[in-house]
Amino acid sequence: MEKVGVCDDFVNLKATELRLGLPGTEDGCEEEKEKVSCGKSNKRALPETEKEIESTGKTEASPPKAQIVGWPPVRSYRKNSFQTKKNESEGQGMYVKVSMDGAPYLRKIDLTVYKQYPELMKSLENMFKFSVGEYFEREGYKGSDFVPTYEDKDGDWMLVGDVPWEMFVSSCKRLRIMKGSEVKGLGCGV
Amino acid sequence: MKEDRSEMAAKDVELDPRSAAISEPLSSSSSSPAAFNAVVSAGNKSRSCKSSLPVTQPPCPGHVLENVLENVLQFLTCRRDRNAVSLVCRSWYRVEAQTRFEVFIGNCYSLSPSRLTRRFKGVRSLLLKGKPRFADFNLMPPDWGAQFAPWVAATAMAYPWLEKVNLKRMFVTDDDLALLAESFPGFKELILRCCEGFGTSGIALFANKCRQLKVLDLIESEVTDDEVDWISCFPEGETHLESLSFECVESPINFKALEGLVLRSPFLKKLRTSRFVSLEELHRLMVQASQLTSLGTGSFSPNDVPQGEQEPDYASAFRASKSIVCLSGFRELTPEYLPAISPVCANLTSLNLSYANISPDILKPIIRNCHNIRVFWALDSICDEGLQAVAATCKELRELRVFPSDPLEDSESPVSALGLQAISEGCRKLESILYFCQRMTNGAVIAMSENCPQLTVFRLCIMGRYRPDHVTGKPMDDGFGAIVKNCKKLTRLAVSGLLTDEAFSIIGEHGKLIRTLSVAFAGDSDMALRYILEGCPKLQKLEIRDCPFGDVGLRSGMHRYHNMRFVWMSYCRLTRGGCRDIAHALPSVVAEVFGSDVDDDDDNADYVETLYMYRSLDGARKDAPKFVTIL
Repeated sequence: MEKVGVCDDFVNLKATELRLGLPGTEDGCEEEKEKVSCGKSNKRALPETEKEIESTGKTEASPPKAQIVGWPPVRSYRKNSFQTKKNESEGQGMYVKVSMDGAPYLRKIDLTVYKQYPELMKSLENMFKFSVGEYFEREGYKGSDFVPTYEDKDGDWMLVGDVPWEMFVSSCKRLRIMKGSEVKGLGCGV
Repeated sequence: MKEDRSEMAAKDVELDPRSAAISEPLSSSSSSPAAFNAVVSAGNKSRSCKSSLPVTQPPCPGHVLENVLENVLQFLTCRRDRNAVSLVCRSWYRVEAQTRFEVFIGNCYSLSPSRLTRRFKGVRSLLLKGKPRFADFNLMPPDWGAQFAPWVAATAMAYPWLEKVNLKRMFVTDDDLALLAESFPGFKELILRCCEGFGTSGIALFANKCRQLKVLDLIESEVTDDEVDWISCFPEGETHLESLSFECVESPINFKALEGLVLRSPFLKKLRTSRFVSLEELHRLMVQASQLTSLGTGSFSPNDVPQGEQEPDYASAFRASKSIVCLSGFRELTPEYLPAISPVCANLTSLNLSYANISPDILKPIIRNCHNIRVFWALDSICDEGLQAVAATCKELRELRVFPSDPLEDSESPVSALGLQAISEGCRKLESILYFCQRMTNGAVIAMSENCPQLTVFRLCIMGRYRPDHVTGKPMDDGFGAIVKNCKKLTRLAVSGLLTDEAFSIIGEHGKLIRTLSVAFAGDSDMALRYILEGCPKLQKLEIRDCPFGDVGLRSGMHRYHNMRFVWMSYCRLTRGGCRDIAHALPSVVAEVFGSDVDDDDDNADYVETLYMYRSLDGARKDAPKFVTIL
């Protein structure tokens, strides 16, 4: 019951959000993302969700997009002058490397830009042009070959989504999007 | 590979006789003056000059000849011409070296300061460029290098009469500024563009010590706020100041001192203030300096909202400033005050509104009067409608820059193909364009290529990566292809959007004068890189990011890297081994490899995140930080 209630809040939130993404890509994932959040919401999502409703009460804010380093090529001097928010130079975020099996290049993303897993996942999907499937607490990700994993402070490789968001942000050292076949060994959450 | 090597060997042999003939006076240098000229110039030297063999001339006629030559050469200011002169023979080389007063160094690591001071003895003006342009976009870790310190040390000893220093993307410390001020009593001009490493205390010291100072221009540089009232540090009495720019200094300014300084600077023509100067304060400055030709207007926002008091008549201040031809600033613009600039609009040749988020309705009444504008910078908030207004009025426009007000990949962009098309139809004399948008059509780009044949710079940034023509769904090949085919004077090109290898085939074939090429998120394979490197005969600067180009593509340019200023490739498919092979095969080229992560672990050891490769006369630099590997 509790979970459903939380989901409803979340669902409403998503429904009122104005998105500016490419047409067709996000819609299919919307529902799945909500389920993802419901799946984790028993622990931490409730206060998080409330915070989100507050901060995005205007329904204008869209979740942070996948921002590739240095793109578009506008000098940070110009970006800073124009927007009066603080300098978002590299050193101040929590940047972790993201690699994807099969892609020859690595990316860096700033985890502090995201507030929850759905945003992070959407960002990664957009950045690497793939789809992540549905997250189930017991069985992990289903419906796609790609599985997001991360290496934590202890050097263990974990499934993204298993631990509460804050714990994830503070312990994540790097991300790796694995191809399905390798992931079996990772098990299914806690 | 073997064929490549023997080919290169043959070319080396070709150069040798010349270097043997000419480089004797500088016995310590083993490279030819041609190579020196290449790095100490724009690299467009005339290699077809014949060199004469070393012949000892009897002293008297030789001296006469050199005297005559000296007198003639003083009329030669263009560095490319001077490079050609220096290749004629030993005697001409020597005279040219003695009479070259202005030296341009496009990459500070292409030669050592001591090489500069050994060849040129009478330098009065130095222009130095440091970091490559992609460093502006956080693609390079801090503390990479480009320190000014060794240069100021060397020139302090060698050229006590130095008057001008112009630096771009260099790291300059307060100590450097202090040494500069102390070492050169006649110092006149300091221009720092996109530099960092210094603060207001350095500026204060510099301003105080340079009594002959005419120009102090701080442009788009990062200046730390040491909480020093630097503007008060200019010496008392009348100054020689002609230009003072401090738009980028992010710290409050002592307005009274600034006003006093302007009052005692009768030669001041250019004044560009920071956003800490309010509209009221600007008004006071303008009233006292009606001779200004170029004005940076600061915030252009009043400090206090006038309450019943008489508000200063801003328009009349502009009316009185009959000489203003260049306006910039507007850093925190209150739009209802913009019409105050109307009296000068008809005279304006340059207008920079790129820090003001204004709508078409605010722009249109202003731009309607700007018939003489040649340079216009704005934010995309002016929309296609604003661009149409520009196109309708600004028939003399030569340079247009449209910056994104929301520089994110998926934001809504208020400018589109419509605006580009309008500009192309209205501004037929256009020479340079920088245009940010989310998506574009081939049709509009083709139209521009046909309507604006004078284009030398075409930089289109479609912020949405891999976006095709949004009407036809086709790649942007046709558009960019038309640009290189029709704009025969094109020297600088930046491409974006969905592009196949075919686009690069056309660029390589038709881009005969292209010197700078920027490529991001484009191409299908190494072939694209090959097309560029096997074509574009004048290519000097190649910057690439996030393209599927690997070692094979890189190798296809081996015949020409010694003749280019630099190549930058980040987030491509290069391997260390591949880059190392090239570095070892080309002794006159330095290959630096690094990642944006300062403490890069060897988790993916063969992967090269960034390759920065450049020619150098003096080999690998000695100040490379730990995270840089020089192969």
